[in-house]
Amino acid sequence: MTTLTAGALLPVKVRARRPVPVMVAGGFLALVVVAAVFAPLLAPYAPDAVDLSASLAGTSPEHLLGTDASGQDLLSRALYGARSSLLAPLALLALAALLGITMGTVAAWYGGWVDTLLSRVTDVMYAFPGLLFVVLVIAVFGDGLTTSVVAMGLAYAPTIARYTRSLALSERSKPYIDAYRVQGMGGARICVRHLVPNLSGALVGYLVVLFGEGLMSLATLSYLGFGAGSPSIDWGLMVQEGQDAVVQGALLPALVPGTAIAAVVVAFNIVGVWVSDRLGQGR
Amino acid sequence: MTRAEPALVVQGLYKSYPLPGGGRTTAVDDVSFSVAAGGSLGVVGESGSGKTTVARMLVGLVRPDAGTIAVNGRERTPGERGGGKLPRLSRPGGGKAARLRRAREIQIVFQDPYVSLDPRLTARQCLHGALRLHGRCEGEAAATRVGELLDQVGLGKREADARPRGLSGGQRQRLAIARALAVDPQVLVLDEAVAALDVSIQAQILQLLADIRRETGVALVFVSHDLAVVRHITDDTLVMCRGRMVEAGPTARVLDAPADPYTRLLLSSVPREGWDPAQTVRLRGELAAATRAA
Amino acid sequence: MLLDIENLTLRLPSGAAARPLLAEVSLTVGRGEVVGLVGESGSGKSTTARAVLGMLPEGASASGSVRVDGEDVLAMEPGRLRAHRSRTVSMVFQDPRSAMNPVRRIGDFLTEPLVRVLGLPKRKAAAKAVELLAAVGLPDPERRMRQRPHELSGGMLQRVVIAAALATDPGLLLADEATSALDATTQAEVLALLRGLQEERRQAGSGLGTLFITHDLPLAAAYCDRVYVMYAGRVVEHQPARGLFADPRHPYTRGLLDCSPALGDERELRPIPGRPPSLSDTFTGCPFTPRCPRAEAECESWTPVTVPFGGASGPADSGSAACRRLELVARSSA
Repeated sequence: MTTLTAGALLPVKVRARRPVPVMVAGGFLALVVVAAVFAPLLAPYAPDAVDLSASLAGTSPEHLLGTDASGQDLLSRALYGARSSLLAPLALLALAALLGITMGTVAAWYGGWVDTLLSRVTDVMYAFPGLLFVVLVIAVFGDGLTTSVVAMGLAYAPTIARYTRSLALSERSKPYIDAYRVQGMGGARICVRHLVPNLSGALVGYLVVLFGEGLMSLATLSYLGFGAGSPSIDWGLMVQEGQDAVVQGALLPALVPGTAIAAVVVAFNIVGVWVSDRLGQGR
Repeated sequence: MTRAEPALVVQGLYKSYPLPGGGRTTAVDDVSFSVAAGGSLGVVGESGSGKTTVARMLVGLVRPDAGTIAVNGRERTPGERGGGKLPRLSRPGGGKAARLRRAREIQIVFQDPYVSLDPRLTARQCLHGALRLHGRCEGEAAATRVGELLDQVGLGKREADARPRGLSGGQRQRLAIARALAVDPQVLVLDEAVAALDVSIQAQILQLLADIRRETGVALVFVSHDLAVVRHITDDTLVMCRGRMVEAGPTARVLDAPADPYTRLLLSSVPREGWDPAQTVRLRGELAAATRAA
Repeated sequence: MLLDIENLTLRLPSGAAARPLLAEVSLTVGRGEVVGLVGESGSGKSTTARAVLGMLPEGASASGSVRVDGEDVLAMEPGRLRAHRSRTVSMVFQDPRSAMNPVRRIGDFLTEPLVRVLGLPKRKAAAKAVELLAAVGLPDPERRMRQRPHELSGGMLQRVVIAAALATDPGLLLADEATSALDATTQAEVLALLRGLQEERRQAGSGLGTLFITHDLPLAAAYCDRVYVMYAGRVVEHQPARGLFADPRHPYTRGLLDCSPALGDERELRPIPGRPPSLSDTFTGCPFTPRCPRAEAECESWTPVTVPFGGASGPADSGSAACRRLELVARSSA
């Protein structure tokens, strides 16, 4: 008997297992969420406990990840920082998704001038650098976490709208949507009850990827000084506060939050792509 | 064959579409026909003949530029003529009540059962949804009616709680038929409804449709490219070519003794014992020559 | 024999499929012949065609042999297999649009294999491509060369795909539902074309064999020289096409004919109950038993074997079928 392998021709069930990188990334994200929720229990120090005698200490049994210039424990700050670093992108996405999905669906469903108008608006938003837009909004309305989250949400909405529109256009052309119309169901009800829910798989995957991006953008804003100001803690702000220490030869204050941002963003990306592959396909 | 009052009367249907480079192309040109209550009409033609556009106009998915569609003597053509601003997903005139009333007149079953059902809903939910939308029966009565519908199309307990991906092609098509029947329509349009099915399943569905027609008295409009299928289940046949009707009449007459050369061309392409596909090529040539001469 | 498949059995690792994809499939195609391979979805007809190209499902283990011109495809080295796929065998699929790169011109699609496989210089390849397009009946072939797939109708594209399939002058053509997506009239025209091309090659002395795979038994019976009928991965019947309409031997073949509507015949359609078996269905005996009108209790434990039968007018009419009741008849008459 000869055993041969050649191109995958049949849907064999073996493919359905979760690949290792997704397991690792998912596990890591779960850990981060747990860490953020239980930060007060896990953190060895209060995040704002200043100990000038231990300024810029390296890793040690007392300070596992070292300390910053004010001698604040970096592990504790990273744990507390996870809270706003995760919550802010969540709020951002909720706003962006609400706006974007609505706009995209309306554009795809009604077509004609509604679509043209919405497409032009999203084109303009799309062409405008998101960060610049946010900085402008903050310049007008003053800085603060809420402003930057709302501004960022507005900046993300067009991307989501475009993606939703393209998904909704192909979904709308499927006969089951026609069948609902023939049954006399109204457009709004078809969209809300049937069309958008059937896009949810692909959309959720996309939003997970965007979550990573949003976290990154908010961290950038904090780093630039437009986000949450002291005394609140987030990773972007920590990187900014830590960069002076780099000059003094201490890498940890910038490295710890920087690594946290990078790892979380990459993990969200891996999970997001997997989710959209899994949920977006197959009927 | 008994001739009852027509369930469906279509007159002077016309539809054209703008071409990307300017100008318009005519998809359907002056199509008229009627179907008796409980009767069945086959609409045949090649792709591009306009038969699918006719089907979509019947159920209101496409708005005709001109012409009328009447069910049981009541006109159902949406008010405003000439195509609105939103041609493809037109707002049917007359609000929700009129929309639902029209839905109860004509229903449709599409070709591809793999995409004509909402993938998230089980068979039971799908039928419940249709009943609820039309305010037909609530609670207990609805459950009974769903059971009747499933039974009518031959779906069992297991299938009732399965989502479309858990159903075979034939079972999905049965569900699509049940969904269409849920509102007790007078006319059921079948747009190539058996074309995507396995041969042995196709015959089951054809038999089911014949049974349903006999039991419920619903009139069938059977849009198909398959002359053999149309020969089997329709009383009358309408042959379309490039948007126009070229021949119409009782199926046995039209398909056994065709008067139009185009009908003969279509018939020559049906495989049978002693079939010669070159015949189709010859007839197409003659038809083209005749068109040039005219 | 051009194509000679002998006792081909394909199995997937347990867990992926409950039954073999193919079970003891034997089939031949001679030069100049058109052989039909008929079955419903899941019957294994496309899997058989792919095996001829040496394309087996991932993880499948094969026994038996698939010989093309006497050489076993299943034992070929990768390099030899590539040559085999590009020179000896061509395949035409159902959907011509997905078989072509939408952004490349028709001309490139045709000249590429001529340059790569036959080593023709570009200009000569272009001239040959125009010839090929004319041969498959496309009007104005020079203009077609510069067009892209979306500018052509499905029927025209399938002609282009056939032209490309025949460009390298293969011995064997595998047509997998090649005309199923076309209008019936276009299907007839494309088939008339294939017949003509086959006749031309026969006269030129380079006989082309065609394996015509379809779900449409009346079509295969009307178009092919011989027909194999497959069910659940097995060949259940084989006989010359002209005998099929009149004298189908296997109950499944008969059932398929009885449930296919035909023109000018008023008989009631008799559907086959149940549905075609999927890969997760298993059988203890004959796989058709649950749907068979003539099944007996013994059929449930009868392992199908091919029973040859002789025709009324000599060996040219002979065929075979895998049915227990035929075997009983054969035994009693022997």
